[in-house]
Amino acid sequence: MIRFVNASKRYDSGFDALQNVNFHMAPGEMAFLTGHSGAGKSSLLKLIALLERTSRGQVIVNNQNLSKVPRRRIPYFRRNIGIIFQDHQLLFDRTVYDNVALPLIIAGYSHHDIGKRVRASLDKVGLLSKEKKYPITLSGGEQQRVGIARAVVNKPPLILADEPTGNLDPELSAEIMGLFQDFSDVGVTVLVATHDIALISQLPYRVLTLKEGKLINDSQAN
Amino acid sequence: MNTQTKQRDNQARPGFITLCRSYFIRHIQVFFYSLGQLSRTPISSLMTCMVIGIAMALPTGLYSLLKNAQQLSGGWESTAQISVFLKNNITSAQAKKLKSDITQWPDVISVHYISREQALKEFQELSGFGNALTALNSNPLPSVLIVKPKLSKTSERATQRLLKKLVNLRQTDKAQLDMQWVRRLYAIMNIVERGVLILGALLGLAVLLVVGNTIRLAIQNRRKEIVVMKLIGGTDAFIRRPFLYTGFWYGFFGGIIAWLLVSFTLLSLSTPIEKLTTLYQNQFELTNMSFLTTLTLLCLSILLGLAGSWFAVGRHLRDIEPQ
Repeated sequence: MIRFVNASKRYDSGFDALQNVNFHMAPGEMAFLTGHSGAGKSSLLKLIALLERTSRGQVIVNNQNLSKVPRRRIPYFRRNIGIIFQDHQLLFDRTVYDNVALPLIIAGYSHHDIGKRVRASLDKVGLLSKEKKYPITLSGGEQQRVGIARAVVNKPPLILADEPTGNLDPELSAEIMGLFQDFSDVGVTVLVATHDIALISQLPYRVLTLKEGKLINDSQAN
Repeated sequence: MNTQTKQRDNQARPGFITLCRSYFIRHIQVFFYSLGQLSRTPISSLMTCMVIGIAMALPTGLYSLLKNAQQLSGGWESTAQISVFLKNNITSAQAKKLKSDITQWPDVISVHYISREQALKEFQELSGFGNALTALNSNPLPSVLIVKPKLSKTSERATQRLLKKLVNLRQTDKAQLDMQWVRRLYAIMNIVERGVLILGALLGLAVLLVVGNTIRLAIQNRRKEIVVMKLIGGTDAFIRRPFLYTGFWYGFFGGIIAWLLVSFTLLSLSTPIEKLTTLYQNQFELTNMSFLTTLTLLCLSILLGLAGSWFAVGRHLRDIEPQ
């Protein structure tokens, strides 16, 4: 599903965010990406979502070589990835329902389908009763779950999460992780960037560790 | 695994017909959504529309007045006539003899004789200087022959020849072709027309800039929304659409305001102008904007609104990329 081949990312400032990263994730696999802040976690996720392009090497996602995806195709490519952010990236002038429906509206689903899918997605994250609320009235954990519902509403084969539990207490964090496990169980590839070592050490998943832009540890390879 | 994913994709993705229908519905939704967005900030939206309306109304109003003036003066060229002022020592009988002579000329349609007495009477009636004239011992006005030349548009030279012939008559004091001023008026109107065109182009540019700037601000205000849209796979066209429709609405309402301004101005002018033309013993009614002019105004205004927002969106949308 995801394959990095000698991928490097150097920013215009000359900063090497990633250097010669190699790894492969099979479809349906779940893994954690960890390391100190500034180690390159976010850069790695950005390369996968085509928010940035590699300086050298290749990234292949869903059998697509990302260096060959032209700019105008990027939106269509991103529709196959559910992205979850630490700061949720929700639109506060729209209801929970409208936020979750956005990817479906963009992809051109029919009104009927949108209703069904949004409710199924909200049901999955346990927020069905809050569909008419505005995100600002929800707690941090609930907002994050709205973000997750939006990321999975069009059933993408790949989910990326950047510090999804960054602002949450351990109990809520565990809940969120449980959701990711559920998605993984039904065949979705999940890559979660986090520095919450305590949380991931309890879970039986692969851990990729970055340090200063280099992949220094891959628990599966060990 | 991959085939499994693909199968699920096929079930999940909307079909072609659904896509087309969604696309159409989406357009209608955005059409009204952008209208709703404008109504959320009624004052600032109204101000923008007013600016557009006034900018559009100025050239449109001038154009309408110009068209009216052209219509009014349209028949004047064919009314060319030569006034032949006779010498003071010419008697009435001599003048009448001359009149019938000239009427025989091949390039003359008709000759009208105004005697000195008639001229005085007319002058007293129309000029308002009647009392002043009675103070004079003698009638200062000459008798006049009004000669109507046979005219076609190409007979400019023939008319000049006729004029020369009349000037050279022994009885003539002075003869003049009363067409010069019509020509001058036409020349002036040509200049005014050119001026209106230039003014229209400049104000059109102003509308473009006003809409462009307004849309630029709207884009900046909704920066976060644009970022989110891009993150979850919104195409440029999708993100652009609401802004283009906003530009459409600005142009539309600006055009309506311009139409109202021009219509009411012309309406309020029509009564005094009618009074004025009656004073000139002329029947003239100020015509308001025709349906076609109104339609052109509205289309131009909408086009400018769309173009302005297109430029703004094209320039600024690319700058906003998710970080």
